[in-house]
Amino acid sequence: MLLLIQYTLIFASVLVLVALGGCFSEHGGVINIGLEGIMVIGALGGALMMKYLPAVTSAPLMILCVILGSVLAGMVFSLLLGVAAIRFNADQTLVGTALNLMGPAIAVVLVRAINTAESVDNVSSTVAYGEAKKAFLVNIGGFEFNWFMLIALLILIASYIVLYKTKFGLRLCACGEHPQAADSVGINVYKMRYAGVLISGALGGLGGLVYITAGVSEWKFENGVAGFGFLALAVMIFGQWKPVNIGLAAVLFGLFRALSNVYTGFDALVALNLPSTLYNMLPYIISLLVLIFVSKKSRAPKAEGIPYDKGQR
Amino acid sequence: MNRAFGKKGGLLRNSGVQTVLGSLLCILLGLLVGFIVLLIINPGGAGEAVAAILKNFLYYPSAVAATKYFGTTLVKASALLMCSLSVLFAWKVGLFNIGAAGQYVIGSGACLYLALGLKMPWYICLIAAVVAAGLVGAVSGFLKAYFNVNEVISCIMLNWIGLYCVNMLLAQVKEQSTPYTRTIKSVNGGGLLPTLGLDKLFSNNEFVTVGLVLAVVIAILVWILLEKTKLGYELKATGFNKNAAKYCGMREKRNIILTMAIAGGLAGFGAGIFYLTGIEQWMVQQTSVPAMGFNGIAAAFLGGTHPLGAIFSSYFIQHITSGGTYVDTTMYSSQISDLISAFIIYLCGFVLFFKVWLNKRLDKRDEKLAAKGQKGGEA
Repeated sequence: MLLLIQYTLIFASVLVLVALGGCFSEHGGVINIGLEGIMVIGALGGALMMKYLPAVTSAPLMILCVILGSVLAGMVFSLLLGVAAIRFNADQTLVGTALNLMGPAIAVVLVRAINTAESVDNVSSTVAYGEAKKAFLVNIGGFEFNWFMLIALLILIASYIVLYKTKFGLRLCACGEHPQAADSVGINVYKMRYAGVLISGALGGLGGLVYITAGVSEWKFENGVAGFGFLALAVMIFGQWKPVNIGLAAVLFGLFRALSNVYTGFDALVALNLPSTLYNMLPYIISLLVLIFVSKKSRAPKAEGIPYDKGQR
Repeated sequence: MNRAFGKKGGLLRNSGVQTVLGSLLCILLGLLVGFIVLLIINPGGAGEAVAAILKNFLYYPSAVAATKYFGTTLVKASALLMCSLSVLFAWKVGLFNIGAAGQYVIGSGACLYLALGLKMPWYICLIAAVVAAGLVGAVSGFLKAYFNVNEVISCIMLNWIGLYCVNMLLAQVKEQSTPYTRTIKSVNGGGLLPTLGLDKLFSNNEFVTVGLVLAVVIAILVWILLEKTKLGYELKATGFNKNAAKYCGMREKRNIILTMAIAGGLAGFGAGIFYLTGIEQWMVQQTSVPAMGFNGIAAAFLGGTHPLGAIFSSYFIQHITSGGTYVDTTMYSSQISDLISAFIIYLCGFVLFFKVWLNKRLDKRDEKLAAKGQKGGEA
């Protein structure tokens, strides 16, 4: 049971972070389908940081550096989307998809290059970080507390405040709802949209880092992040683009994802004798069902996905 | 006066020419980026690696081997062509079918199970692949039409669900000792696509079958359907403006579902003409969706979302993807081709901007010419 809670919370943390990333981007008016790719690149940044930092680094410094690594990697990568979508009016779905394909490709090419440079026979795309990962974990009586759970919670609260209680957040939302109106009162729509995309890059990258450190101590980058970026988008839609709802939705989805890891620990579930593949499918099936129920009355930002054209009436 | 000058820029103003130019630019820049990445990893062999990617089957010195692998590349390209047709068909109707990958998976599952498990002849297997994949596509369309579920997200979810289902299904027809499905050849010879003697053309490459011809025929049929029929017109109209289409008496919900069903069927057909050649066995422990469907997105946009353009772009994408396996793996990994094609998709996002920019430049040039012409007239 403890294990289930632990996994639920860590997967929920991933989903909260990434979904909030999507939330910021979409409130600014840019659809970020590329979160999946951003997660991979963020994970790569963090993993390489863990690999190369000397093992003697103190835990707080380690945490800080690794987070910085993934956040920066995610932000730089998200700029690819930002520039294309905001400056060059590119189709956001298309560019986002390109990001999703580019992310894993870059990660695999880089990691393999690093691995083969270390030893010619090593053509795997795996980065191991078992030692460094320990900095994130605190054992509280059998429960493996991960600092990221706290960080995700803090970011959730911060997002709520930023979006609804600050000038920046309200302006950002204005750019996603009616950019022409926002422009008419002197808000620079382009800048705000860049800000939205960059925040989503930062949170998406961080989410990727949390995902690869949840439970395992090495990551094979060929696997990408297994559709987690899209699950996060489903969480965002389920949460109707509102931080608090996103938090609750993430816990629900996290629970289903965690079940596939730990269902063998529950006698009742084992007794059902379902194939393990079914548990792997569960998060995707649930999200599809959830989407059916919530998409009809969508609260999506009105102008999302539409390139901003100053001259348009 | 102006009109006359407007015509003068003729060739460059032609939208088709602009698309081709844009695509060529995408390819060049994509390769350049790949080259730079290779340079960063290891400056020593970067040039050779790019050459290897571009050469692909020409890597083999003997003409016999080269034609044989040319055949293999063509077979893969024909499946890719179907996936890219799937993506572009939906795109023409305003839908983004990122689910081509999942529909392809379902198609593979259906045709392989029928061929290996039920020992059906090839045409039944092929039809089953189309129908099964079409149904999955229709599910996305249905959810979009009736529940407003974003088709991109529902497609991705279905990709994963489909992958796990197919793994479960095909585990029943796998070899005892390996995670691979049995070969069609050993179980059910009638399940293989007929070669019609095409294999002779490619140094007895048994995988070159009638599928190759069918793929090109279907590309042409898709073009006819989209451009020359009432149904195609209705579908496109629905894509432009759902409400206007509804107002004109078109059944917009039916059109959306039908589009996704056709798109799914196309991807399923691709799976059929790939796996029913026996060229590859399905690995039932796969943890990621095959890249074919995603490469289909690259091919669709590189081909300017035109069915006939897709024939060439699919071949090109497959050519460099296959070529990637020939790079020196002591320095680089074959995924460099994936990186290049991903970057090409990214660049395709800029093609529209490129066109607008080009037209503006042409306008300016024409204006200048017109001004000169007027001065000349006054003097």
